[in-house]
Amino acid sequence: MKKLPRLFTFAAPKTFYRLATVTGPWLYAIAAAFAIWGLYVGFFVAPTDATQGDSYRIIFIHVPAAWMSMVLYMAMAGWAAFGWAANARLASMMARAIAPTGAAFTFLALWTGAFWGKPTWGAWWVWDARLTSELILLFLYLGFMALVEAIDDVRRADHAGALLAIVGAVNVPIIYFSVRWWNTLHQGSSISMTAAPKMAHTMLLSMLLMTVAFWAYAFAVVFMRARAVVLEREIGADWVQALAAKK
Amino acid sequence: MVWNSASDFFAMGGYGLYVWGSYGVTAAWMLLEPLLAARRHSAALQAVADMEDEQG
Amino acid sequence: MSTMSPMMAILSRDLRLASRRPAEALLPVVFFVVAASLFPLGVGPEAATLKQIAPGIVWVCALLSSMLSLNSMYASDYADGSLEQMLISQLSGIELAAAKCIAHWLMTGVPLLLVSPLLGLLFGLSWEAIGLMAFGLLLGTPILSLMGGMGAALTLGLRNSAVLILLIVLPLCIPVLIFGAGAVSAAESGLSPAGHFYLLGAMFLLSALGAPVATAAALRISV
Repeated sequence: MKKLPRLFTFAAPKTFYRLATVTGPWLYAIAAAFAIWGLYVGFFVAPTDATQGDSYRIIFIHVPAAWMSMVLYMAMAGWAAFGWAANARLASMMARAIAPTGAAFTFLALWTGAFWGKPTWGAWWVWDARLTSELILLFLYLGFMALVEAIDDVRRADHAGALLAIVGAVNVPIIYFSVRWWNTLHQGSSISMTAAPKMAHTMLLSMLLMTVAFWAYAFAVVFMRARAVVLEREIGADWVQALAAKK
Repeated sequence: MVWNSASDFFAMGGYGLYVWGSYGVTAAWMLLEPLLAARRHSAALQAVADMEDEQG
Repeated sequence: MSTMSPMMAILSRDLRLASRRPAEALLPVVFFVVAASLFPLGVGPEAATLKQIAPGIVWVCALLSSMLSLNSMYASDYADGSLEQMLISQLSGIELAAAKCIAHWLMTGVPLLLVSPLLGLLFGLSWEAIGLMAFGLLLGTPILSLMGGMGAALTLGLRNSAVLILLIVLPLCIPVLIFGAGAVSAAESGLSPAGHFYLLGAMFLLSALGAPVATAAALRISV
């Protein structure tokens, strides 16, 4: 019983708010540092590709954005589910904070993908399994945001959003496995857990550095938005009043 | 170094539109989004202050 | 009456209520025909084009028409308090959800299914294509009713529930559209539609098992 308070200490909106405030600037700094390093490697160290020329360099933001779109959806659904199951307010607030960033990364994945597809495939868009399921992911994010905003009763909104997010979570494995299950125009995975990567090491390095950068950025932005959500929801609490009085 | 000159860098082997079109939108969004989130935060803080003022 | 199972009781009640206002019950079907008929006017009457896009159009219009009648699934029961009573009673939420979905399918899905050959003829589809389209709709319309029921339960009593249901349920039903319309297109190009129908069948089984559970949970959240 003694360990429980330490584990759940950040489940209290007040303590989480302090954590988010303190870590915010550091997270942005980490994101910037890794982005600079990753872009340097990607543009000044990685060579020109034999088949695609220099257009392939879009991969350094396309793949990290796509990965973030899927990871953030699972995080959003996970927090929402936990908020529903354990009646934990802050978890539901976290889900709401994640949604816009997740939707943005999904859009960026689609946008950068289209700009890469045009020179490589000759088309801005094709209706293959991976692109279609990523588009569906964007719609799922938008549906979640629309639903929670439309319901006035906050707890009902939290729980309804959780149910929707959980049902939609089935789409994420579909996106991931779509290139394996169907004949798609989108290329298969070049990175696997068990085999050597099929791309040059400098390209892989840059992609991984940018992934870390995007991850840190996502944390930074979501924490900032979560702070706003906490203030909006806990407006009557003493510590919030004290905070505003200090400013 | 992979590039012979600055103009080569911006041309990206003829794919400049696509590369910079992608990076440009991404960079623009990653500047805009934190600003929007920060604005939401200060608006929330302001709302608390207003409520306090009302209550006296 | 007392020997009827709860599911049958709810089902027959909904059907009887709908039969008292037949015009309202048939609105989705009318929308289905009117909306589908707009496409030749917009796209042009060229026979080859129409034949090619017909399965997609019929499926999209079936999807939209099905969604139209969804927000009335629970709305009137919610408004007069009987929904709350049903949930408090010994009636299982899952049974209630399943009964409501079956009722919706009988009132909306089946009429759409029966009218679809007419639209097929309007678009100049072959009898074989019409048959494949109808079979796909037979598998697909229950899925729409099941997923739609969940959407209706989530958006109970909200102001823009009709649009919200569309926004929530459509992304989840896109695969149904893809494989339903795709089956006909595949057959037209000489490939076998079997794979599409297997996938539709699998989606039907999944939603039949999962949607009533999710809907029951959604009802408890919303009421």
